[in-house]
Amino acid sequence: MAMTMKGEVELPADRETVWAKLNDPEVLKVCIPGCQSLEKTADNEMQAVAKVKVGPVSATFKGKVTLSDIDPPNGYRISGEGQGGIAGFAKGGARVALTSADVGTKLSYDVEAQVGGKIAQLGSRMIDGVAKKMADQFFSNFAEAVSPSATAI
Amino acid sequence: MGATGIGAAIPRKEDHRFITGKGRYVDDINRPGQAYAYFLRSPHAHAKINRIDTSAAQNAPGVVEVYTGDDIAADKVGGLICGWLIHSKDGSPMNAGPHPALAQGKVRYVGDHVAVVIADTLAQARDAAEKIEVDYEVLPAVIDLANAQSGAQIHDVAPNNVVYDWHLGDKAATDKAFASAKHVTKLQLVNNRLVPNPMEPRAAVGEYEEGTDSLVLYTTSQNPHVARLVLSAFIGLAPEHKFRVIAPDVGGGFGSKIFIYAEETICVWAARKIRRPVKWNCDRTEAFLCDAHGRDHVTHAELATDAEGKITGLRVSTKANLGAYLSTFASSVPTYLYVPLLSGQYNIPAIYGEVMALYTNTAPVDAYRGAGRPEATFVIERIVEMAARELNMDPAEFRRKNFVTQFPHQTPVIMCYDTGDYDASLKKAQEIHDIAGFASRKAKSESQGKLRGLGYSAYIEACGIAPSAAVGSLGAGVGLWESAEVRVNPIGTVEILTGSHSHGQGHETTFAQLVSDRLGIPIDNVSIVHGDTDKVQMGMGTYGSRSGAVGMSAIFKALDKIEVKAKKVAAHVLEASEGDIEFKDGKFAVKGTDKNADWGTIALQAYIAHKFNGQELEPGLKESAFWDPTNFTFPAGVHICELEVDPATGSTTIEKWTAVDDFGNLINPMIVEGQVHGGIAQGVGQALLEGAIYNEDGQLITASFMDYCMPRAHDVPSYQVGMTTTPCPSNPLGIKGCGEAGAIASPPAVINALTNALGHENLQMPATPERVWKAAQGARLRMAAE
Repeated sequence: MAMTMKGEVELPADRETVWAKLNDPEVLKVCIPGCQSLEKTADNEMQAVAKVKVGPVSATFKGKVTLSDIDPPNGYRISGEGQGGIAGFAKGGARVALTSADVGTKLSYDVEAQVGGKIAQLGSRMIDGVAKKMADQFFSNFAEAVSPSATAI
Repeated sequence: MGATGIGAAIPRKEDHRFITGKGRYVDDINRPGQAYAYFLRSPHAHAKINRIDTSAAQNAPGVVEVYTGDDIAADKVGGLICGWLIHSKDGSPMNAGPHPALAQGKVRYVGDHVAVVIADTLAQARDAAEKIEVDYEVLPAVIDLANAQSGAQIHDVAPNNVVYDWHLGDKAATDKAFASAKHVTKLQLVNNRLVPNPMEPRAAVGEYEEGTDSLVLYTTSQNPHVARLVLSAFIGLAPEHKFRVIAPDVGGGFGSKIFIYAEETICVWAARKIRRPVKWNCDRTEAFLCDAHGRDHVTHAELATDAEGKITGLRVSTKANLGAYLSTFASSVPTYLYVPLLSGQYNIPAIYGEVMALYTNTAPVDAYRGAGRPEATFVIERIVEMAARELNMDPAEFRRKNFVTQFPHQTPVIMCYDTGDYDASLKKAQEIHDIAGFASRKAKSESQGKLRGLGYSAYIEACGIAPSAAVGSLGAGVGLWESAEVRVNPIGTVEILTGSHSHGQGHETTFAQLVSDRLGIPIDNVSIVHGDTDKVQMGMGTYGSRSGAVGMSAIFKALDKIEVKAKKVAAHVLEASEGDIEFKDGKFAVKGTDKNADWGTIALQAYIAHKFNGQELEPGLKESAFWDPTNFTFPAGVHICELEVDPATGSTTIEKWTAVDDFGNLINPMIVEGQVHGGIAQGVGQALLEGAIYNEDGQLITASFMDYCMPRAHDVPSYQVGMTTTPCPSNPLGIKGCGEAGAIASPPAVINALTNALGHENLQMPATPERVWKAAQGARLRMAAE
């Protein structure tokens, strides 16, 4: 079930700050909806556990998250593949680009994701909506995390 | 005809049990100490399995065993088979890839069986399945027929994913007909893939009886004896005399429960391994993923006509999707159940059909209500309608002009039609439908901004499947006779043991009607025993509208023997000569006298055996028979669909439906009408609503009733059903069969009506509101301009 999504958000912080936070597993862990753990396992590689609900299917995905095409502080590609047990699998990636903007930094993203198994069979009509909602949640969390008023994490 | 005899429209005996919740289905069967099976299924359409780690699952709470393909290989469990051998044009046998009950090294469709967990409870089995780690190496998936030959190879034995490239008919003669044709009509069509969706999902309980070293399998089967034969002789689980298969009440099948699947194979195999009964019950999503699907053809057809509007030739080229593995009878459906029916009700001198069957990374495709015949009917009835329109002829008149009128009629594609009166059905259907009033109904619709269309379908099918030697010569691995045993009890009640299987057809009523009629006894004194290989010796089961024509003919033949024997007993009881005994209305009488004895007396005397010498005449009253038909039967008829389209929304409303069928003689007209109703609803579902969709990765995105649209009561009209009758000459009851007719006849009637309403032919099934809306925009503009 291939799904693509594009968007951009403006973040109230300079590019270096945004870049640093984008590379901080602790920040990502707090920002990713349903993320239960995110641990750095190697340079540019993390192990993640996230709980996701799509329509009637609720699953805990476990998998590897990899950063590539790293170009500080302009952007990277983040990709992952998770197994959700009998709920199926999810895999995908996002190209993230940072540019300076009036208010701080403009982050644009271009996501491509695929799901399979039960989550595709039962949730296919909801996938786009769920993905959009998760992206919105992530960026609203992330905006909060990078804003100057944020308490240090 | 008695009140409960042949021709009586009596309510079904079995319905009280079903509607009061007293049916006994496989899921109602629970054996002491049973464990539960849960299948881990592939989430990928096509992948290599590098490694399966079951250790965490093995140690999970309640788990008895976890098995993978390695375990069944180690136990030498045979693969699932396809029982009909098709040869390609070049004479080579079809490329049948191995079909293990649990995947070995590779998965080939989403839902393919990767491992089974057997645990004390179903919840424990499911939880443990979560702990199985499978390392998949995902391969490109082949989904579309269009790309199947160029896509990744699914089976080593099948280059370009070709199962076979088969043909039937005289190509040269057909090409010649086209070369001299006055007009050629061309049609490109898709016969959409369907999910069978019987009300009761599949289920199995396997059991091992250690004391006798024998197996018992309770299964949702349309043919328990065939299941036992395959599980014994091919899969090799136990010899037949140590293997009992029981198919109790079964809640619908539509073909999907003919086949022998991985799940029941594993349940009964595992029961022996773990020395405990093993139960599996399919959930609805699993049914969507793994029940054999139906149809899925892409076809190009051409019809040649001469200057007088006579059909001179038909040329058809089809690609058939058989899915990832060959299911039990998959190979026969797009070949011998398809091309031989392309002649329809028409006198067509030359026909050539070629079929390329292909593997794809989708669920196996096999027989589904009609099996091949709906696909054939869709081709011929769409192209005939189109030809009539292109030739500016009335579609009914064009059909009439080309009807077969002389019988027997040998078509150029195997079938020999024995009897029929196609014009009578067409005439009657037109009368019932009030064809004359269509113009004013159409004008009324148009005044309300709606489009109205009318479509015919003059279908024929080959049922009463089938003469054993004939199907054997075409590649069938089995004979398609049927068996019956009539057991008369000492008090005169009767048990009929039949190899047919009832899963919605009402055999407990219709078969009892035959016996009641023949023996003159109340219908309540007859019970029908089926679905248990320990009770019924052998049988071929129910599909292909065969149980009336073949199953009841076997009963009829056994009743003949019963009558002969009972007359012998009566001769002794009445002290007359055997030749003077007459049997009528349940009474044995001595010709020309008032001496008589009733049925019950003779039955009792047969067992008491006081009135005759037991050495000269065997005591008892029990006879059996096998009936092997001499020909297929050919039910045929005319359906007319009239519908209205709202061009603003694309919604289609079926306003009127007339069905006139010739099923030969009817046993119970009410049951027959019910079969017609259900069949039409299924065909309307295919035409307007249903379609199994795999996305480009091979994920089935219509895997629940949220996304797969079944017809509901408001989608179908009140049907007007009529009958014409030409009794079938090839069986003693004159029955042709009625189980599939509605599903065969209806899709082209709907699409012919829709294309008539829309004014153009470019519309594929399912004609969803979106497709109809798009197709209606041209018509809408025309209406606005007028």
